[in-house]
Amino acid sequence: MYPTDLKYTVTHEWAGIEEKTGIVTVGIGEYAVKQLSDIVFLELPAVGDKLKKGEPFGAIESVKAVFDLNSPVTGEVVEVNQALSDNLDLLQTDPYGQCWMVRIKAENQEEIQALMNAGDYEDFIKKGQGKH
Amino acid sequence: MKLIFEKSVAGRRGVRLPRCDVPIERDKLKGLKRKELPDLPEVSELDTVRHFTELSRHNFGVDTGFYPLGSCTMKYNPKIGEEAVRYQGFSRLHPLLPQLRQGGILTQGALQVIYETERFLSEITGMAEFTMQPLAGAHGELTGIMLIAAYHKSRGIKKTKVIIPDSAHGTNPASAAIAGYEVVSVPSDKNGVMDFSEFRKVIDEKVAAVMLTCPNTLGLFNPDIKKIADRTHQAGGLMYYDGANLNAILGKCRPGDVGFDVVHLNLHKTFGTPHGGGGPGAGPVGVKEHLREFLPISLVVKRPDGTYALEYNRPKSIGYVAPFYGNFGVILKCYVYILLLGREGLIRAAENAVLNANYMMEKLKSYYHLPYDRRCMHEFVLSANKQKKHGVKALDIAKRLLDFSFHPPTIYFPLIVEEAMMIEPAETESGETLDKFIEVMIQIAKEAEQEPQTIKDAPHNLDICRLDEVKAAREPNLKYVRVA
Amino acid sequence: MPYVSNTDEDRARMLGELGLKSIEELFSDIPADLRPSSFNLPPGLSELEVRRFTQTLADKNATDLICFLGGGFYDHFIPAALDTIISRSEFYTAYTPYQPEISQGTLQAIYEYQSAVCHLTDMDAANASLYDGGTALYEAMMMAVRITKRRKVIVDEGVSPIYRKMLHCYTGNLALEFVEIPVARNGRADRQAIETQLDKNTSCLILQNPNFFGCVDDITDMAESAQKSGSLVILSTYPISLGILKTPGEMQVDIATGEGQSLGLGLSFGGPYLGFMAVRSQYIRQMPGRIVGETTDKNGQRGFVLTLQTREQHIRREKATSNICSNEALCALSAIVYLSLIGKEGLKEVTELCSAKADYTLKRLLEIPGVKMRFPVPIFNEFTLELPRDAGDIIGQLIEKGIMAGFPLGRYYKNMEKCMLIAVTEKRTKEEIGMLAEALEAVL
Repeated sequence: MYPTDLKYTVTHEWAGIEEKTGIVTVGIGEYAVKQLSDIVFLELPAVGDKLKKGEPFGAIESVKAVFDLNSPVTGEVVEVNQALSDNLDLLQTDPYGQCWMVRIKAENQEEIQALMNAGDYEDFIKKGQGKH
Repeated sequence: MKLIFEKSVAGRRGVRLPRCDVPIERDKLKGLKRKELPDLPEVSELDTVRHFTELSRHNFGVDTGFYPLGSCTMKYNPKIGEEAVRYQGFSRLHPLLPQLRQGGILTQGALQVIYETERFLSEITGMAEFTMQPLAGAHGELTGIMLIAAYHKSRGIKKTKVIIPDSAHGTNPASAAIAGYEVVSVPSDKNGVMDFSEFRKVIDEKVAAVMLTCPNTLGLFNPDIKKIADRTHQAGGLMYYDGANLNAILGKCRPGDVGFDVVHLNLHKTFGTPHGGGGPGAGPVGVKEHLREFLPISLVVKRPDGTYALEYNRPKSIGYVAPFYGNFGVILKCYVYILLLGREGLIRAAENAVLNANYMMEKLKSYYHLPYDRRCMHEFVLSANKQKKHGVKALDIAKRLLDFSFHPPTIYFPLIVEEAMMIEPAETESGETLDKFIEVMIQIAKEAEQEPQTIKDAPHNLDICRLDEVKAAREPNLKYVRVA
Repeated sequence: MPYVSNTDEDRARMLGELGLKSIEELFSDIPADLRPSSFNLPPGLSELEVRRFTQTLADKNATDLICFLGGGFYDHFIPAALDTIISRSEFYTAYTPYQPEISQGTLQAIYEYQSAVCHLTDMDAANASLYDGGTALYEAMMMAVRITKRRKVIVDEGVSPIYRKMLHCYTGNLALEFVEIPVARNGRADRQAIETQLDKNTSCLILQNPNFFGCVDDITDMAESAQKSGSLVILSTYPISLGILKTPGEMQVDIATGEGQSLGLGLSFGGPYLGFMAVRSQYIRQMPGRIVGETTDKNGQRGFVLTLQTREQHIRREKATSNICSNEALCALSAIVYLSLIGKEGLKEVTELCSAKADYTLKRLLEIPGVKMRFPVPIFNEFTLELPRDAGDIIGQLIEKGIMAGFPLGRYYKNMEKCMLIAVTEKRTKEEIGMLAEALEAVL
């Protein structure tokens, strides 16, 4: 169901790590996108912003709801997908590949390993533990 | 409909101004002038009157029809209030006049209005004194929380948290946060009131205040309210009363007697001043004796000789929350309202508001899910969960009500009820009006089962269909730009 | 009983349907020990009695003083048609337009108001209005603190002292650093002192034009300095003056605010008034309060809705951009109706009248021995005079002669006890100005 090369948070962000560089690519998964239905706005950080694991790096908004986007790792933002803001509908079809939101240079790669893998995440969703 | 800007014709004029009777020096502001005149409409007086009259026809007020918008107390507004604010002695009175020497004596009538309204509100709520300055309910909340902060600070105690139940209006947590506090949300229990055992877990010496609406946004009076107040005071915290729902308990219970230390009232809800399409309102804040010295500058006082004056010498005051003495026009309408109703009238208002709400709840509860099936006060909350099975949501029911010339209830609030529909009939409505509304709600419940699409496509007989809010938020168009 | 429709029979019937015998049973959730210890209010009065009484109170207030008092709140002409329009109860008995399909009147009027504010200020976007000019300035300051994530605020002392007191009040419990900078000798903002204070901790520079003393300025240079240091520039303005003066947009301001009372609202002893706010496009989503946007229905027909609501308290709760729920919709309606009735050319005429009459008043008063102009810079319709003795006393004496001559600046500024602020609107006649000059000369 969920891409197996990615890790997942309890707040439905996904994270993919390039181990060589320690760069983590982050987006939000299908489950959260479905909860929001019509997405109207995406608020993303700036390159150079310092993020802490579990703290918001941005927000995603529908007309009458707003969800924080929480960073899966502690580190510094090295790249932001500004193009996504102009193509919010893409999130509905493929929230993983080209819908990445930020790339973070992780301070501690182990933080990623502590996240759920695709199988655990699927169980987590099935149990209805979605925080959003 | 065309915009007033689109009706503009170059050279057309509205009102004429007097000819200048003194010399005009053309280049005195050289280098300090704007390049072009602002793009304002060029229309006649007739164009203007017709345009806005037409707009008014596309609006719905209490005078248009039944407006059971929960938590907003859309009662009828007596017209004598409208007349009174137009008396020249009030409408043309400069707010700086009483601050000038010899000016106080020329504003005695206005100062008396403020003073006496303040006295009335203190008696109605059981508080020591009110500031009439806050300009809206949320503004009152912020003022109240700042008063609480000043109180704790003066005692040298650092407090960081404000406890608020999850059923609260969004303004409560927003006000507390803006005043610098961390917000602790407490869930509601199965009876719809703040869960006392959860509350006990979070109440500690770091809590500056507990902010409550009582009856709460579900229209329920919390019988444990005194216990909460006592526990909070034990921990050194203060009790804040959000007066949004005071209409339910006028003369039946006073926040001051229950143990609340700070109260804000919404004059546009409980005290019959019109809502103005979203404002102006007024949100006076009352306090107990121990918070009095922190009240904003200035206060109106009555001197031994019977005259009224503004008191500025208040060294411990939090300062100025408004430029002057509050939304005077709104305060005046509130004053007129209290004079008209008097003691018995206010009690009657509460009784009939509660009677009307219970009557409607009783008649509707077999058609709609009633998550908290117990006695309500001035309002109650239904859920459209039953109808949702047929694909009909609270929003759809709201839109269908428009077809029958009713204003819908508040929907999707409080957040703790799924598909919430919060109904507050207010005391000014008659049984016949309630019966008509009930009949329509029953019809809609039947439609949900038999022809849900009719509801989903509503409204059917207005000039406009449902509007695209996604488009509005994605590509904000917030002003008119003239096309060259 | 007036304002309650149910008769005793209705009440009995409804109670019967609820299976109750008395109204009191409805209040059984309120424990006996929580019942009022007192509810001592007068008995109700008839409408006729209330009318008589409130008229008596109104008549105790001065209505016939000739007004040269301003200080941010002005005695402007209000066209008769304005009251006709805002008296329509479809407008004033409605609430916040949560249901757009039956609130197009309020919504379109606010959209038109927002447009007019943008055109007056030359800014990109305006909100649906705030409580008053002072709270608008506070909201703008908090916006700047949020946007820059910096905690220092620089305020020029030419900003209304009433508003500065409000800023202090609201931030009493917050960790903000306030730096207030006295005006330069010429009455304008002290560029050098401001430049020294601007640093990487500065969230915003707050200015006012014309300032409280009536001095008109071009603040572009200060805006550039502030923006160079990464700070925002906030300008409090007087909307009538924008009919002629350089606009916030032209001077590169980030957030423009102001008091809209002069746009068709009565002085009304301090309220209700109207705060307006307009911003550059990049700050739209940081604005507080309601915002109306244009959209379409499914048939492509134009309509208006409340939009960008995720900023607001009912959705974002403690994380909202502000705690504001209501705007001042009816006052915003007054403003757009006023601007429509006065119109593009009319506003220019109003500003010309104000400006010319202020010049004439100044000239007349300077002919009086001992009266001096305090600041040697251009003015719009308000100016500061220095008198030979305490201005408060003189103003008191002139009130006894039926003239509100102005505001004593010593009330808020040290060493300005002899200074008086005088405002002249289009309503003042040459004759009234002559009366002021004669009366002032007589008391000096």
